[in-house]
Amino acid sequence: MQADNSSIERQIGTARVKRGMAEMLKGGVIMDVVTPVQARIAEDAGAVAVMALERVPADIRAQGGVARMSDPDMIASIMEAVSIPVMAKARIGHFVEAQVLQAIGVDYIDESEVLTPADEAHHIDKFAFTVPFVCGATNLGEALRRISEGAAMIRSKGEAGTGNVVEATRHMRAIRTAIRSLTTMASEELSAAAKELAAPLELVREVAAAGALPVVLFTAGGIATPADAAMMMQLGAQGVFVGSGIFKSGDPAKRAEAIVKATTFHDDPEMVAKVSRGLGEPMVGINLGELPDGQRLAQRGW
Amino acid sequence: MPDNGPVVGVLALQGDVREHQRAVSECGLRSALVRRPAELAEVDALILPGGESTTISRLLVAFDLMGPLRARLAEGMPAYGACAGMILLSREILDGTADQRTLAGLDVVVRRNAFGRQVDSFEADLEFEGIPGGTVRAVFIRAPWVERAGSGVEVLARVPEIPAAGGAAGRIVAIRQGCVLATAFHPELTGDRRVHQLFCEMVRRSRVGACR
Repeated sequence: MQADNSSIERQIGTARVKRGMAEMLKGGVIMDVVTPVQARIAEDAGAVAVMALERVPADIRAQGGVARMSDPDMIASIMEAVSIPVMAKARIGHFVEAQVLQAIGVDYIDESEVLTPADEAHHIDKFAFTVPFVCGATNLGEALRRISEGAAMIRSKGEAGTGNVVEATRHMRAIRTAIRSLTTMASEELSAAAKELAAPLELVREVAAAGALPVVLFTAGGIATPADAAMMMQLGAQGVFVGSGIFKSGDPAKRAEAIVKATTFHDDPEMVAKVSRGLGEPMVGINLGELPDGQRLAQRGW
Repeated sequence: MPDNGPVVGVLALQGDVREHQRAVSECGLRSALVRRPAELAEVDALILPGGESTTISRLLVAFDLMGPLRARLAEGMPAYGACAGMILLSREILDGTADQRTLAGLDVVVRRNAFGRQVDSFEADLEFEGIPGGTVRAVFIRAPWVERAGSGVEVLARVPEIPAAGGAAGRIVAIRQGCVLATAFHPELTGDRRVHQLFCEMVRRSRVGACR
């Protein structure tokens, strides 16, 4: 959305400004925090941004019930506590929660499957906002549908709150493999590919030509160790979201800093080994086989 | 590209590194990523990209780059900082974190997130001193501005003095001092390579004496 069409004045909320913000987060770690104290620990550890929320995904899982946007007071207290960007989550399709978050002044909105969806058919029209959105995806088609609705950044869904990286791996591989496959197709094959992906042909052509999404791709959902983060980066992620993995572990400050360093030096095994030493207890993980279908968050949204 | 031409390093601890690398290569110079002191020692110039300045500052300290980089700047290595890079190159930061360190490559005081939060991020056309061919499209993302500049600092661009600019009108957003160039905005995000060409020209000239 261009709030101002005059070229001699300033334009806010343009695609370049929204997507550009995500470009500045690349190579960095975005951490879930539930209090101002945690937010400062994250900032001190070198987080590029924090995600302000009332409960981390592991607790949402454990406590059940409907998970909603966090209390604006709580988000505002985190915005006051740190100088790095602050993100917050709105329910899938809940455009009024998104309006509220924009009114508070958060820097990025995550339209997130971690919260209980508010609309089973429609995602938020993200072009209608000045604030940029990040959305989860399990495959390329889903990523392109979100981009066609205005998402300025994509992340893998993974399986949040499990401390188990297997679903994030699946989603990162699915997205990257599908992109590679598009780059080898003849022009006339792209139309059928777009049909298969259930995504706009124009976007499919753009991805085929560039060999990459037109927006930044992060990973999320189950990252709990420096090696997890480094593996996702080697699989083509441009940065990492860590949800429950830091503040559900034994020594959050140390683990947070180690994950930041492992993300920067993801291709240097000696460095990843060095920062992985003596981190204390990781969060307790959940095997996906133990999760009943209804508790799989990645299946929310389309 | 000639094998003996200068190599422009891009600080690759965090941020939009690839975009700057692409811009350098489109200007006809070689580039290399810099994450370690040994890699810094091998480049002829350095770009500090956009990113989160507090994160990059911490990683500069953690990976023993702060001292060597200050030393190279003091020796006159050409450098260009965009947004976070401008903050890192400054002498003093307002609204930074308590322990945030700077490289003191430019005699300026910068204000971090000066234009506001992301919802206030914007793009606009700027007159840019020393860049021919009309205005430069400038993309400002949670951008800083220069609050005060020392007498040796050359001002290259300011926010236009228009009513829509409000309290930002006239603020300094592009500067040069000796071999160091900085912009509060992100020329790497537009296809226009004129700012990077200006820097690459400074790098070429530094090899035969002065940067300008």
